Amino acid sequence: MADKLPPTPKLDELEKGPWPSFVSEIKMAAKSSLASQDLLGLLERSYNEKIGHWKHGGIVGVLGYGGGVIGRYCDLPAEFPNVSHFHTVRVNQPAGWYYKTDALRKICDIWEKRGSGLTNMHGSTGDIILLGTRTDELEPIFAELTAIGFDLGGSGSDVRTPSCCLGKSRCEWACYDTMALTHDLTQSFQDELHRPAFPYKFKFKMSGCPNDCVASVARADISIIGTWRDNIRVNQDAVLEYTKNGLNIQKEVIAFCPGKCMEWDGKQLDIDNSTCRRCMHCINVMPKALRPGKDTGATVLIGSKAPIIEGALLSSVLIPFWKPVAPYTDLKDLMGRIWEIWCEEGKNRERIGEFIQRMGMGNFLETIGVEPIPEMVAHPRENPYVFYEEYLVEDDEEEGQDKN
Amino acid sequence: MAQMITAQEAAEAMFNMVKEAAGLRKLKPMDLTKNLLELFGDRVDKQICKEAIRELVESGRCVYTYFGGTYLELPHREGAAND
Ligand code: SF4
Ligand code: SF4
Repeated sequence: MADKLPPTPKLDELEKGPWPSFVSEIKMAAKSSLASQDLLGLLERSYNEKIGHWKHGGIVGVLGYGGGVIGRYCDLPAEFPNVSHFHTVRVNQPAGWYYKTDALRKICDIWEKRGSGLTNMHGSTGDIILLGTRTDELEPIFAELTAIGFDLGGSGSDVRTPSCCLGKSRCEWACYDTMALTHDLTQSFQDELHRPAFPYKFKFKMSGCPNDCVASVARADISIIGTWRDNIRVNQDAVLEYTKNGLNIQKEVIAFCPGKCMEWDGKQLDIDNSTCRRCMHCINVMPKALRPGKDTGATVLIGSKAPIIEGALLSSVLIPFWKPVAPYTDLKDLMGRIWEIWCEEGKNRERIGEFIQRMGMGNFLETIGVEPIPEMVAHPRENPYVFYEEYLVEDDEEEGQDKN
Repeated sequence: MAQMITAQEAAEAMFNMVKEAAGLRKLKPMDLTKNLLELFGDRVDKQICKEAIRELVESGRCVYTYFGGTYLELPHREGAAND
């Protein structure tokens, strides 16, 4: 089969250089996959013509599911029959992306038999992405995946597969058990994940500490980021050790502290924890000397998204400090209230962040029953006009009394 | 208290809405829920609507489709599909 590889001078350019190349990977798969051979030919043709040759299909899942499959058809089926259908299958990854090699082999066996053999481990949603199969293979793939304990992930206007950093399983900075929360939310929101009922997609991403290794603050509708509310733990001897080994604390740590809350007199490192922003910078530079506090939990933020329909948004603080305790009923109840108003009032393809911008954070908080507090304020107000609702009520009453 | 309609009755009403809209406009699950709440008032709630949608897709009478958003439609051959 290998000698049937189409000539791909343009794609070959993408194999040069020290970085991994998706072209090399597709070529490797093409040794045993006709779909991968056609994919190379089709892609080379797109590069030559500067035209994409994929059509978006409307197919979204298997019987009963509204997500997990992204339909794709090629618009040159006669020339590239093996990629005439090229649907993507999203498979719900385990929290923290832990697999036994045996599980991975089983997934690959299914995919080599019923798909192109090409995978993307993992997609930006966090799912296992299986690239390229035919419509008539979707139900058998689903049956075989469920038989080995896997399920489809989210796609379309639903809860997307929740994802997290590996948290407490391997990372000493984790301030809460990200994997436990992710697994629980995935199980609890199965209906919302498989039966899309929202105005648009809704993503949960969980990071164990403010290093935010899953970039939740930039791309999740709900970002749950570990933090602490007591003091950073300091081992002064270890701090001295760092300086002996050449670390310039003033230049490399204190100068970059966004809270401007550290002092170093050459012997002792003092931190004013009341103005610490919990950014992790000092801890990342001196991991043997500094640690997050012991009273740990998470900050829950809302509303970030990458630029698709409108521009990018970063998350805003919704709950400054939350103790994630199973079964997380408080968080799930809050989600219910958020989805209720968003489903009721949200426009088609309006992410929750855009919805909040449109209705105003104040109104949104009032509707979901959350008290506004200073930690939610991103920066001081630009508009000097202040509207105190309660004063107005009092004034009205006073005026009323005056009249009587 | 008003007698609630069953999930099957809700599914039937939703199915008729999808059938009537077929080829004219696409309906999202939330559109169907809102239409039903309008039609039956306090005789239906969101939970019944959820069950009705589940019944429709699990029986294969309706399918989810995606065109920029997720819709519920009658099963049909996709416009973009190749043989
Ligand atoms: S986000 Fe924090 S806890 Fe999670 S892996 Fe990264 S450094 Fe560790
Ligand atoms: S965590 Fe960040 S804000 Fe807090 S003391 Fe360290 S560098 Fe400063």
